[in-house]
Amino acid sequence: MDSIALSRQQLDGDRMIVNMGPSHPTTHGTLRIVLELEGETIVKATPEMGYLHRGVEKLGESLSFQQFIPLTDRLNYCSSIMNNVGYCTAVEKLLDIQIPKRAQHLRVLLSELARVADHIVCVGVNAVDIGAFTAFLYLFKQRETAYDLFEMASGQRLHTSFTRIGGLFRDIPTGFVPLAERFLVECSDAIDELERLLTRNPIWHDRTRGIGPISPEEAVNWGYTGPSLRAAGVPQDLRKAQPYLGYETYDFDIPVGTTGDVFDRYLVRVEEMRQSLRIIRQVLDRLEPGPVMVDDPKVALPPKEKVYTRMESLIHHFKLIMHGMEMPVGEVYSATEAANGELGFYIVSDGGKNPYRIRVRPPCLPIFSSFESQVKGGLIADAVAVLGAMNIIAGELDR
Amino acid sequence: MIIEHIDAQLPGAIADRHDFRGDQTIVISRENLLPVVDLIHREGFQLLVDITAVDWPQREQRFDLVYHWLNLASQERLRLKVPLAEGESVPSLAGIFKTANWFEREVFDMFGIQFEGHPDLRRLLTWPDFPGHALRKDFPLDGGDVFCMEGCTAPYNNGERNREGM
Repeated sequence: MDSIALSRQQLDGDRMIVNMGPSHPTTHGTLRIVLELEGETIVKATPEMGYLHRGVEKLGESLSFQQFIPLTDRLNYCSSIMNNVGYCTAVEKLLDIQIPKRAQHLRVLLSELARVADHIVCVGVNAVDIGAFTAFLYLFKQRETAYDLFEMASGQRLHTSFTRIGGLFRDIPTGFVPLAERFLVECSDAIDELERLLTRNPIWHDRTRGIGPISPEEAVNWGYTGPSLRAAGVPQDLRKAQPYLGYETYDFDIPVGTTGDVFDRYLVRVEEMRQSLRIIRQVLDRLEPGPVMVDDPKVALPPKEKVYTRMESLIHHFKLIMHGMEMPVGEVYSATEAANGELGFYIVSDGGKNPYRIRVRPPCLPIFSSFESQVKGGLIADAVAVLGAMNIIAGELDR
Repeated sequence: MIIEHIDAQLPGAIADRHDFRGDQTIVISRENLLPVVDLIHREGFQLLVDITAVDWPQREQRFDLVYHWLNLASQERLRLKVPLAEGESVPSLAGIFKTANWFEREVFDMFGIQFEGHPDLRRLLTWPDFPGHALRKDFPLDGGDVFCMEGCTAPYNNGERNREGM
């Protein structure tokens, strides 16, 4: 790797090379940043990625549309259910089908839970990297409850694979709603506690205010989306701007920052957690019994009892498993607001069983590409804070 | 709306257009890329959401370079496609959109498309001496010889080695 790191002879004077990563406690995943330092000041930062590249897009071309869902879990593994929802929304747009009301509500409910869990990881771990360990512990108790809820719903804690094209894998079990109600109360208290620990903490201010600021124009030019863009002062949230899954019917606010620095990103994320709890509250209030899968034998697998007893259902089951769904020829781009920003899926279909091309637009790739301009001229300790606030998830970055 | 505007300002630039499931798409030639991008950039399409490509090996112009734009003010989306033959290059947009820098590196890495005037066209996801371009349709799914280190005799591809084309 001599191309990105200068040798000792090539470095002039007091400069020094420091390797952050590929395996470093603050990189949260395998990525490498070569820092060129002059004392403690960063002169040059060269990010290198691809350590977690699994070829998800290539694999997708050899899998059927339904089979791709478990791969989406492994993109942003902190909030995998949002990837499931984003992907299935894209395929449903290609098929032009509407999913039942209850499936929509449950998708919103679990997406917002995942957003809270993701922001907990981002804020908590950012604080740990900077040296504030306690906040992390208080929050991770709540994250555990969120994962218990995922486990109740899907049977899995991290890799949920909960959605199916046309709805959900199954309905939520009894006991889910009471636990979710408890989570709402406890998580809200935990966020208050977090704010008491950090928001007015002078050490936290010293470490985060004015670190990695970005102007709204620059943020848009760098392709920022999500909390990082909103912290810079652009009120862009796809849940409001281009509503999907009935988000336009929920009452919630979009927090925006002013300077885009690490502190603003922290504040935006904290407020988004509260807003997500508000949305979860509203979903729980309007949850009504009903089907969670579309009633379309060309898309949804028939129930198992019918496969064993009814000829048509057996045929539908066989056709769906062996030949897949009948896909129209065309291309769609569908974007959802994931925890990190705009998660887009661009699907090209040639009418076959498998997608012809499937492209994942990860929200953190454009954000990470601005890393050098964010840390250049700063101190090495600030690079850690900036990296944490960007919330780089290597699984999503490298795909 | 923006498509009519492009058509009025740059007549003849749009080679083809379609509107599948509400995604407005225009196809332009690579010579027209910079003028069209300049125009839509002025018209408020400030956020370059994504750059990617699609490989159609049986076509004469085998690649479709695909750009996605978002207008933050009107929330309008636009897809721009540039067909390219093997070996043809396109002007880089890294000077106008900073986010294009890494997206173009990724397309170069995965498809081998050259971008003229790119400040730093290196591979993004794979390593520098990676043979071939992974997302081309003729690149084998299991990687072929690429993932077999020198001296490795482990079987792959159902025990078959030295497959044609690799």
